Amino acid sequence: MGGARTAGDMVMRLQLDKKMKINEAKAYVAEKLGVTLEELVDVVTMSELREDLGIGLAHVEPCAEANMGMEAKFKIAEILDIKINSVEKFKKRAGIK
Amino acid sequence: MEKKYFTRMGDGSMVYMTEEEIKADIQLGMEDAILRGKVDPLTEEETQKLYDIVTMSGIIVGVEPGMQVVSSNDSGSDKISTKCGIPVTRDVNAMIHERVLGADSVDIGNSDYNYKTVKGIAKREATILKQALRNTTMPLFYGAMPNLGFYTKPDGPVENWAVLLPEGRIKEALQAQEDAVVHAVNDITYVAKQMADVGADGFQLDTSGAAGDADFLAALLACEKITKNNPELKVEIGAAGEFVLGMHGKLKYDDQIIAGLYPHKQVKLVEKAGASIFGAVVNTNCNMSFPWNIARVITFIKACTDVAQIPVHANAGMGVNGIPMCENLPSDVSSRADKALIEIGKVDGL
Repeated sequence: MGGARTAGDMVMRLQLDKKMKINEAKAYVAEKLGVTLEELVDVVTMSELREDLGIGLAHVEPCAEANMGMEAKFKIAEILDIKINSVEKFKKRAGIK
Repeated sequence: MEKKYFTRMGDGSMVYMTEEEIKADIQLGMEDAILRGKVDPLTEEETQKLYDIVTMSGIIVGVEPGMQVVSSNDSGSDKISTKCGIPVTRDVNAMIHERVLGADSVDIGNSDYNYKTVKGIAKREATILKQALRNTTMPLFYGAMPNLGFYTKPDGPVENWAVLLPEGRIKEALQAQEDAVVHAVNDITYVAKQMADVGADGFQLDTSGAAGDADFLAALLACEKITKNNPELKVEIGAAGEFVLGMHGKLKYDDQIIAGLYPHKQVKLVEKAGASIFGAVVNTNCNMSFPWNIARVITFIKACTDVAQIPVHANAGMGVNGIPMCENLPSDVSSRADKALIEIGKVDGL
């Protein structure tokens, strides 16, 4: 689906976390992000939205201040209303409530 | 002269076929799946769509807009280093998959891709995964195979059933497999705990059933324990083949004999074990054409997705699910296999 270029990483998270089939997982993520299903798989729309929301990008240059990796996953967990294991472990070890 | 379409054989070699030949092979491939799996045939509309996919113009074909699916892997983060010989670490490999290849997820796995090997170095493997998890946004798995054959003597703890069976030592052969299941489940769950502790999103039990029904049982029992003991770690069980070989023959899970199960029955046991995703496999026959193979594949896969309550990712790599049995995959038939798996087979991922 394009991973962090679009929303494939987030759809994959819903399949893993909630055992959702592809259409249900896409609809869930689209609703949480406030985009249409067509926009969800569009690299231009999603790149801009991902930068605005701080949920990780597939490109770094020229977005040096954009979220990547762990900080992006903090935001993804919040927006999608799911728990992400690495985020939970990070919080626990860093003493973040 | 009648028009002939370019396609390939199951071993990847090029072949040209007429409309009549292609349609006949689609029919025969479908009938083979119906006979073996006792599954429903494709509809006329579906077989026509399959013919259209096989013969449509263009080298690479794509799915209809809106039908994009996600991807998971086996030994994904090791492919660049091991398959291509490019010396990059696995955490960097994961970042390449995310930011260069646009992958939806990837797994960190040892190049000796089995849990028996990994057990001894599990904490070191977990450290690599932890580093990768810090730097990537997409879900990361840890992955390996149950690979029950590795538990046999001389380098494993149990007798080799492949030696015992031809000698007629049936009881000992059955016991050896049952003992190997216990060892494998212990190793797999130990590794799973290390990976859960560093924050893994998923755990891949890849090529389950490679050594037969005991191998498949080990994956199911391990999955059951992982999802109970480490519910934060989600499991994907990928099958080894379309048919679970009865190396033991009597092993059951949930009162169901495991030997002889095809994907539409395998997925029900995988669901029962608590897995999040099932990786379905249908073998490619090298001696038959792509139209024959893909019709057979889609008949089996559609039967599987029809009954599945969890997402099904069709294994779309070398030698399975319509992909030819060759090292460098031709994108012409590979992309056609993917399109057919998604649009007709209704898979949730690849």
